[in-house]
Amino acid sequence: MNAVTLNESLSQAMAAPETEKLPAAAPELPPRRTPLLQTAGGKRVVEGVVNAVKATIPPLLGMMLFVALWALVANSGGGIPGPAETWTAAVALFSDPFYNNGPNDMGIGWNVLNSLYRVGIGFGLAALVGIPLGFMIGRFAFLNQMLSPIISILRPVSPLAWLPIGLLVMKQAEPASIWVIFISSIWPMVLNTAAGVQRIPQDYLNVARVLNLSEFKVFTKILFPAVLPYVLTGVRLSIGVAWLVIVAAEMLTGGVGIGFWVWDEWNNLNVAHIIIAIFVVGIVGLLLEQMLMLIAKRFSYE
Amino acid sequence: MQSYVQIENAGMVFKTKKGPFTALTDINLNIAEGEFVALIGHSGCGKSTLLNLVAGLTDATSGVLLLANKEIKGPGPERGVVFQNHSLLPWLTSFENVYLAVEKVFGDKETRAQMKARTSKVLELVGLTHAANKLPGEISGGMKQRVGIARALAMEPKVLLMDEPFGALDALTRAHLQDELMKIVAATKSTVIMVTHDVDEAVLLSDRIVMMTNGPAATIGEILTVDLPRPRERLALAHEPRYHDLRSQVLEFLYSRQMRPKEAA
Repeated sequence: MNAVTLNESLSQAMAAPETEKLPAAAPELPPRRTPLLQTAGGKRVVEGVVNAVKATIPPLLGMMLFVALWALVANSGGGIPGPAETWTAAVALFSDPFYNNGPNDMGIGWNVLNSLYRVGIGFGLAALVGIPLGFMIGRFAFLNQMLSPIISILRPVSPLAWLPIGLLVMKQAEPASIWVIFISSIWPMVLNTAAGVQRIPQDYLNVARVLNLSEFKVFTKILFPAVLPYVLTGVRLSIGVAWLVIVAAEMLTGGVGIGFWVWDEWNNLNVAHIIIAIFVVGIVGLLLEQMLMLIAKRFSYE
Repeated sequence: MQSYVQIENAGMVFKTKKGPFTALTDINLNIAEGEFVALIGHSGCGKSTLLNLVAGLTDATSGVLLLANKEIKGPGPERGVVFQNHSLLPWLTSFENVYLAVEKVFGDKETRAQMKARTSKVLELVGLTHAANKLPGEISGGMKQRVGIARALAMEPKVLLMDEPFGALDALTRAHLQDELMKIVAATKSTVIMVTHDVDEAVLLSDRIVMMTNGPAATIGEILTVDLPRPRERLALAHEPRYHDLRSQVLEFLYSRQMRPKEAA
């Protein structure tokens, strides 16, 4: 963080001395055009292209190595489809992602959306409960001491261990899988929010005391903005967990969803589709995470 | 001398894991209205603790502190505090940081426009009109400290409490802000208590220098009256024998008598 502010102040300092406009002693030379790539703008373009190429080479190399390794494994037998085969299957699959031939045969788009919907509900409920709970645990030491043994015991429980309880109580697969998402994604939000509240610098609280701010002002002007980055970290971790868990939960509960789809394709022995599903799950997870990173960046200060 | 801030037999004992720790004992000090008092001493001598007692951020474990004959209980807007590390809220602009204080003190008496004008005026006083809409992360350390001063001044406090306000700044910026502070205090006639470890700063700014003995169980060792005429001018003072005389008295206290705290006490 310090480095960032340093950089900012440096760039400000460098920008500060206003470029003195010297009365240009116009040289009476015949105007000669510099070649396009040697002008300041041209050089910058060249530099940008070089940097972009430099930045893309390592990840590109990694991808190529990965695909090569995959092809090697696929060629050595074992029934794993190679990259080319998978690609053909993916093109066919994504050419019609939203077909609907009844609940057991829907396009991949529907499956992903259904999973996202479950994650959204379960995770949303978890946020609704977890963030206020985290605030209270952080603010009141008594509550913290009261709840921390329970949290310590429940947090390391494997998400799927909660599924039977959900099925027992709700009697249905759909709310049970939402319940699993809820209970497994709530902890990072509770713990991060609580940690954020506990780590508010004493200085800020002293300011609040010297100014005699009302509880409402303390919350809106100090507590909430100070804790927000921690909350967003919790949210980011939670959504990662939720997305991780949904595939496994759906495998057990069935219905329409990417997890169930994987299991279905395994029963059809369509391994290419399973590999595609793995990529889809990975990419969707990455997008969710990146989206929240962007939001978090917007709210980080100092 | 009519005393405005009265500290009588104040003592402070902290409870620590190793048992009680006596930070301050038998502090007796009377400060007149409009007086500028510097608290000086080696680090750990409890000068910040004493300031926090006046601010009401901590309560004295013994003795009484009075402001205008009323007991000090908890912090209040009549005592503006400038913190050692500026303590601005990083998500508010300079203007908003100051406005937060203005709104609290004048919220039920003035209109929004009046309070905004008040905020702009005090930012102008510390020379920060151009940085009003910048976040603390976007301005220099000296500017942040000035916003902190503006925030304290905006509350029109009866007493301005400053905890090593210029300690973290480079020498040039510090000198500049000291000059600014002298002008502001001359204009507002504030009563000021300032904690410092800088001998030159203490002599330049204050009417009296309260020199504290080494902790634990620190107390006031000696009080030096700075009888230099105001307005004071940094360069002129450099050739003033009285200035050097006062300066060496403080140095003498700090480095000769307070090196062995047991004997001095």
